Amino acid sequence: MDTSPTPPAPHAVFRAHGLSKTYGSGEVEVRALHDVDLEIARGEFVVLLGPSGSGKSTLLNILGGLDVPSTGEVWFGDHRLSGAGEAELTTYRREHVGFVFQFYNLIPSLTVRENVALVTDIAVDPMPVDEAINLVGLTPRRDHFPAQLSGGEQQRVAIARAIAKRPQVLLCDEPTGALDYTTGKLVLEVIARINRELHTTAVVITHNAAIAGMADTVISLGDGCVQKVQRNTHRLAPSELSW
Amino acid sequence: MKALDRKLLRDLRLMWSQALTIALVVASGIGGFITSLSAVDSLALARDEFYADARFADLFAAVKRAPNALAATLATQPGVAEVQTTVEQMVRVELPGVSDPILGQLIGLDPQRPLSLNRVTLAAGRALDGAGVRRADGGLEVLVSEGFAQARGLKPGATLKALVNGRQRTLIVVGTALSPEFVFAGLWGMPDLRGFGIFWMDREALASAYDMNGAFNRIAIRLAPGASERAVIDALSRLLAPYGGRQVNGRADQTSHAMLDNEIKEQRVLGTVLPAIFLGVAAFLLNVVVSRLVATQREQIAALKALGYPNRDIAAHYLKLVMLIVAVGLLLGMVVGDRLGAMFTGLYTEFFRFPHFEHHMAPWLLLVSMGITVATAVAGTLNAILATVRLAPAEAMRPPAPGRYRRTLLERLGIQVMSPALRMIVRNMERRPWRSLISIGGVAAAVAIVVLGNFFRDAIEYVVDAQFNVAMRSDVAVWMVEPGDDIARLDLARLPAVTQVESTRFVPVTLRSGHRSERSLIRGYDGRAVLYRVVDANNHATTLEGMGLVITDRLADKLGVRVGDTLLAEVEEGRTRTVALTVGATVREMMGLNAYMDRTALNRALGDGDLSSGYVLAVERGREEGLLEAIKSLPRVAGAFSKATMLRNMQEISARNVRIMSTILTAFAAVIAVGVVYNNARIALAERGWELASLRVLGFTRAEVSALLLGELAIVIGVALPLGMALGFGLVHLISGLLASDQFYFPVVILPRTYAWAALCVLAAGVVSALIVRRRIDTLDMVAVLKTRE
Repeated sequence: MDTSPTPPAPHAVFRAHGLSKTYGSGEVEVRALHDVDLEIARGEFVVLLGPSGSGKSTLLNILGGLDVPSTGEVWFGDHRLSGAGEAELTTYRREHVGFVFQFYNLIPSLTVRENVALVTDIAVDPMPVDEAINLVGLTPRRDHFPAQLSGGEQQRVAIARAIAKRPQVLLCDEPTGALDYTTGKLVLEVIARINRELHTTAVVITHNAAIAGMADTVISLGDGCVQKVQRNTHRLAPSELSW
Repeated sequence: MKALDRKLLRDLRLMWSQALTIALVVASGIGGFITSLSAVDSLALARDEFYADARFADLFAAVKRAPNALAATLATQPGVAEVQTTVEQMVRVELPGVSDPILGQLIGLDPQRPLSLNRVTLAAGRALDGAGVRRADGGLEVLVSEGFAQARGLKPGATLKALVNGRQRTLIVVGTALSPEFVFAGLWGMPDLRGFGIFWMDREALASAYDMNGAFNRIAIRLAPGASERAVIDALSRLLAPYGGRQVNGRADQTSHAMLDNEIKEQRVLGTVLPAIFLGVAAFLLNVVVSRLVATQREQIAALKALGYPNRDIAAHYLKLVMLIVAVGLLLGMVVGDRLGAMFTGLYTEFFRFPHFEHHMAPWLLLVSMGITVATAVAGTLNAILATVRLAPAEAMRPPAPGRYRRTLLERLGIQVMSPALRMIVRNMERRPWRSLISIGGVAAAVAIVVLGNFFRDAIEYVVDAQFNVAMRSDVAVWMVEPGDDIARLDLARLPAVTQVESTRFVPVTLRSGHRSERSLIRGYDGRAVLYRVVDANNHATTLEGMGLVITDRLADKLGVRVGDTLLAEVEEGRTRTVALTVGATVREMMGLNAYMDRTALNRALGDGDLSSGYVLAVERGREEGLLEAIKSLPRVAGAFSKATMLRNMQEISARNVRIMSTILTAFAAVIAVGVVYNNARIALAERGWELASLRVLGFTRAEVSALLLGELAIVIGVALPLGMALGFGLVHLISGLLASDQFYFPVVILPRTYAWAALCVLAAGVVSALIVRRRIDTLDMVAVLKTRE
């Protein structure tokens, strides 16, 4: 990956400058992201807040190496993600990023352990599979198939799968979007614990403003622009949240 | 256009590549069906018309010499409607500049009284008019069979030489002609247009030359409606016996008719078995593709129902989609079938000669094609379409429950060494066992069809090798006018270039055991013959010395005899006599109901002296032509043929036909293989695209994700290859069994190269399909999976 010409600040995991993303062209041009600058520090818990169409998913996709910006620069540590090729981005996701999806995206034909092993098999320095499962509290259900688990359990498997490779960043796209209130909070507990205990940088997308209370930094997006960056002096525990 | 029909066209456009592969499989099946059946239908039609127009006889018999008055007696026999007698003679024919031996059959025609049976149709030139019978130059005017005339480039006005009763005569071609008796012209059951010609000439001139005035030696009979062929044959055989009557044959034993019938039977078998396989595969593909389509559109179906569309309309919508796909296949199949059928008919015109022979497609064939196509489509998709009817709208609005999986059989048996990727593949396959099995079956069918397509080449090469290299090791065979003292062997041995001579004695007989009887020819060879050996289907030679009568296993079956049993042989040449012969061995041969004996033992059993009816010769390399010239000058020699010429004639025709057959079947099989593999891959991609895109997000490379998807295909192909080879072996056995006749049995010989070729073709089809699907994997939408449920 290109390591020049603008090295980021040493403490930042992500640094973006003038980030824009436009889909389509001409009359059907959709501007998803416009001139976004941002910096996310190592070990930080960041919530990207905004309504549908605010650009938060586009931003997460670019940070996760699933998409590339139309203009502007984005750096992961000293790796420049903007302009990286498909193969480089795959390596980046494989080595550094843990993804948690709204709909879990587990492999239905694999058990809990096997879903986690799927990632540890291709990771450079993964944690033992059982340790990852233990971290999300699913040891008793580790030999079950996804179809035998509740939604919250499935999401916790997804988190175990995401953290098993010891990623530097955990990117969560509406992790509680498909879950009920209690289960949702349980899942947030797990993400908060991973962030706290493993010092994994966590970026969580949500349109639920109540979740913002548990973050170090809340970046509010609207119409593709960063509208507000708020730093919480006191992070709430997920159990203290309510919506 | 209704909105629903618009949806149908758009759906079809989205799945065009899958629809096309299915249409192609249907087209192959229908194409094969129409090709074979339209060709044989055309053949049968041309035959029936010709037989009716030319009044083809029902029975055929030969005598040595019978007075014309006998014809009236024959005509009064019960069951006989019409009798026609002719004079016919086999002669040696010579063409300027041609050393190959040519056999001619002279048939006498009376210009004043045209034939009433087996009428001759003039193809070119003029008919015999009687005026030219006594030509000043001593030449004999003849009509020559069209096939021979074309093969030898003979036009009216051309001349040939023929040895007519020991006298060299000039034959002057005045026209070419066709006869229902010689639709197929060939020798020893093999097409030979160049080595065998029919010559129709003035009956009186022919009769005079052979001292047959007021007599005849051939009889053709038309049976009365409802007459028993068997009874008439028996009655005629008794009446003809005193006149040297040999065989009375029904149409089934008439060479030309038997060859025609055999071809029609073979094509009917191939034209039925193979299309059935294709259409079965097409039904399976339709099932898989339409099931998947219905599954992905369940929400749309629910919406349509909620909007008030009745079940009938929704079912009809999907049925229309299927019908459009198969209709394309049907049309394509009809076009391909028509073209290939016309090509096959064109190939037939070389061997089968009719006044009118055109490719035609019977309306019933199109109707049947349409019927089986619709039946295939309905059979394949009924289940999926009924599922749309059963779907409750409220239920369909909810996404389907996640698939239920379990540990694979291997894992449950305690085998744990599987990577997660392999586990995913195997569990997916086990979850839909029928689909996996039928996919494997489809690919295996493709392998089997390629094996079958190339088997014919293996078999023919094997037969040729067995016949011409292992059994017949002589270079030239000579046959005499009639059996005579073996002294002629010395004359032959003295000819230049001859290195070895062995005598043969062939005796036509009827073999009887109890109430069963079969006509055969006992072939007497040297007890320790070197130049001609009796060889079984496995190429093992049998020594005749001290063995008694050796017969083919099929003849033994027909007669119901075993080794050690005694048969009665009624001799059908010379004076009538019956001798008892003990079966010393049976041999499994590829061709014919044959019987063999040590020549000396045969002569002894018949009470004859040291008689021979022919000789087989080994000749110095490259000196055959001169020898054939020299043989012509020997007295008592009726004819000679060279193995090389015969081999060349056979290979020219069979090699090309086998190549055509193999190419067509290989192409059809590739269509099946691509159809099965490609559709499987597309369905797997559609079903698991979400899962695979998720893995891409997690950092799996394109290659790793492709391996997950294509691994399943690799397993399907990997299992299907050996299975397909076994299936091919079975299919070849089945076809060979269905094609087997009394006269011929296709040996099941499949060379390793054929299996290898089949594997290679199917692998190539698999790789091409995989590459196409691989391109789609590369464009999986990773962003979408973050936001959508499966």
